[in-house]
Amino acid sequence: MSQSGEKGKFPEAAGYVGFANLPNQVHRKSVKKGFEFTLMVVGESGLGKSTLINSLFLTDLYPERYIPGAAEKIERTVQIEASTVEIEERGVKLRLTVVDTPGYGDAINSQDCFKTIIQYIDNQFERYLHDESGLNRRHIVDNRVHCCFYFISPFGHGLKPLDVEFMKAIHSKVNIVPVIAKADTLTLKERDRLKRRILDEIAQQGIRIYQLPDADSDEDEEFKEQTRVLKASIPFAVIGSNQLIEVKGKKIRGRLYPWGVVEVENPEHNDFLKLRTMLVTHMQDLQEVTQDLHYENFRSERLKRPGRAVEEEGVDKDRILMQKEAELRRMQEMIYQMQAQMRMKPADE
Amino acid sequence: MDATDIDKSSNEEKRNLSLGGHVGFDSLPDQLVSKSVAQGFCFNILCVGETGVGKSTLMNTLFNTMFENDEASHYQNGVYLRPRTYDLQESNVHLKLTIVDTVGFGDQINKEQSYKPIVDYIDTQFENYLQEELKIKRALFNCHDTRIHICLYFIAPTGHSLKSLDLVTMKKLDSKVNIIPIIAKADTISKSELHKFKIKIMSELVSNGVQIYQFPTDDEAVTEINASMNAHLPFAVVGSTEEVKVGNKLVRARQYPWGVVQVENESHCDFVKLREMLIRVNMEDLREQTHARHYELYRRCKLEEMGFKDTDPDSQPFSLQETYEAKRKEFMGDLQHKEEEMRQMFVNKVKETEAELKEKERELHDKFEHLKRMHQEEKRKVEEKRRDLEEEMNAFNRRKVAAETLQAQSLQAASQQPLKKDKDKKN
Repeated sequence: MSQSGEKGKFPEAAGYVGFANLPNQVHRKSVKKGFEFTLMVVGESGLGKSTLINSLFLTDLYPERYIPGAAEKIERTVQIEASTVEIEERGVKLRLTVVDTPGYGDAINSQDCFKTIIQYIDNQFERYLHDESGLNRRHIVDNRVHCCFYFISPFGHGLKPLDVEFMKAIHSKVNIVPVIAKADTLTLKERDRLKRRILDEIAQQGIRIYQLPDADSDEDEEFKEQTRVLKASIPFAVIGSNQLIEVKGKKIRGRLYPWGVVEVENPEHNDFLKLRTMLVTHMQDLQEVTQDLHYENFRSERLKRPGRAVEEEGVDKDRILMQKEAELRRMQEMIYQMQAQMRMKPADE
Repeated sequence: MDATDIDKSSNEEKRNLSLGGHVGFDSLPDQLVSKSVAQGFCFNILCVGETGVGKSTLMNTLFNTMFENDEASHYQNGVYLRPRTYDLQESNVHLKLTIVDTVGFGDQINKEQSYKPIVDYIDTQFENYLQEELKIKRALFNCHDTRIHICLYFIAPTGHSLKSLDLVTMKKLDSKVNIIPIIAKADTISKSELHKFKIKIMSELVSNGVQIYQFPTDDEAVTEINASMNAHLPFAVVGSTEEVKVGNKLVRARQYPWGVVQVENESHCDFVKLREMLIRVNMEDLREQTHARHYELYRRCKLEEMGFKDTDPDSQPFSLQETYEAKRKEFMGDLQHKEEEMRQMFVNKVKETEAELKEKERELHDKFEHLKRMHQEEKRKVEEKRRDLEEEMNAFNRRKVAAETLQAQSLQAASQQPLKKDKDKKN
């Protein structure tokens, strides 16, 4: 571009424009803006969800928890509890929202379990759509659920009917990452068998879980290998712990048993590190998929049918009308039949 | 003498005597034992727990045998019970063991009816025994006792508390069967968590009024051990049929990357305690309790339902025979009454139908008459028309004849003249 004659104007080497600086600018701006991430955890009580979240983000998100007794659980409904924390690491700020769903699977009749959850997800999408279509779009708060950790019980032989129903209901709304909880119940053989079983059942039932994107061909071998290993370990079999135990002079998170110590961050013991790596390196991708796929789906569905709230009422009325009409028709048919019979009788005689 | 007199006299006559020498009736227990050994023992275990919680593995571990069983699926439509009977032998003691498994328990989304098949099964076994007892020609000593002696309730090791399904099911079962709650797959709970979990479970059971089986403490030989075991409930067990080399022995254990959980190690889990209590110490007591408490309760409720009472309104003891006769008479009376009713109904119906038919016949008759009259009308009209027609025809014929005659006359007149002329000509 520039010739030797104009060397004096450009202090850099000949031909250098400077837009290679763009990534740095993006980096600076994003650090200033900060990141937002919403994570939802769903699973039966007692599978270790809270412990795992605390282990993942190395903070205590649930200082005072009330765990109800069995008698209260019989009729319990699902509640949505969202707690937001701001954590910072090396100048990068993350506004993390963890949405917990206590009461899931507790009641003796779990049929309405996931209606509340689906409503919550839809509400977040609705709010974002509203903000996006508004006049003042400076401060759009993104509260949409970017990722859902679904906790599968390790005590069964695979997925339970409730698991299947729930995942089928939300796989088009949110990225599902299935996680096998309390993995210290399983020997290595049992763990592999359970993972294969779950993947088979997911494929069989047509459930779409979050797929890690393949590494680009220009990434280095290490990253490609890491992505391969991550992909092969889904669903992740994890263990969480709130306690620090002293092992070989170091204090690490783990669980102390009479027969040994399970280390949370030991890759030979469980897939916790893999889960954390996946979450951290693919946070951006999770957000993108939520924006490009799930949100766009929601938006197009929503805009096709304007005034949805009113329509539901109308749908009810229509249904009632149709039912009444069907009844009327049935009664008329009966009358005709009876008349025909009466007419036939004298004719027979 | 009536009842009260007999009692008093027996109290006065009962005296404690000391023996001068060895008589030999201290061999009575031995005779009983050898007879029961010859007969063989019978034991029925019911395992209630979610799919995959480890029921089959624990049974295999407990009896050191591989009972054939395949993994159950999570997608059963409802809960159903699967009883399987095995014949085991140890030394010279024969045991007829029946293990009843609950398939599909805890898998459905709506678990409100999950407890029903279990309760129905237990009641059916009681009912079978009751029927056998009430028969005229009984074979009680020969029949296979299928009543459930013990229900092992498997609690999932969540570490928090009981699940709602556990509480509801145990409440329904506690008056029908001996329940021993067990924490399954206990190698997922650390020692401190286990302690808290056990306390939580027991307090929940107590506060909700669930009666679990208490090991008996009235027999001095086993009081101590039973009392201490009662404090360890619910037992936290681990089951395994695989053997792992520990030290220089092969023991049943589970191998993890971080250690080996030995099934028979008391500091690892309560399996040994469960085996002690269930099989080695209290098996006979469990059978007795089932017969003396749960079965009697069922029998009493059932007979009361049928209308039997022990004492009538005057507080005189009722014999079963009299009640039977009374019931029978009542029943026959009922039957006759019903028969009468049905006969009446039949007669009424017949009358009604007859009346209807008569009505119809009359209608038909009327119609026939009506039609006949119409027919006659028509006929008359047709006749009239015919007569009219005939008259017209006659009139027409006369006119025709008249016309023809005129024509003939005119013709004749015309033809006569030429004839005359002809005649004249000829002449």
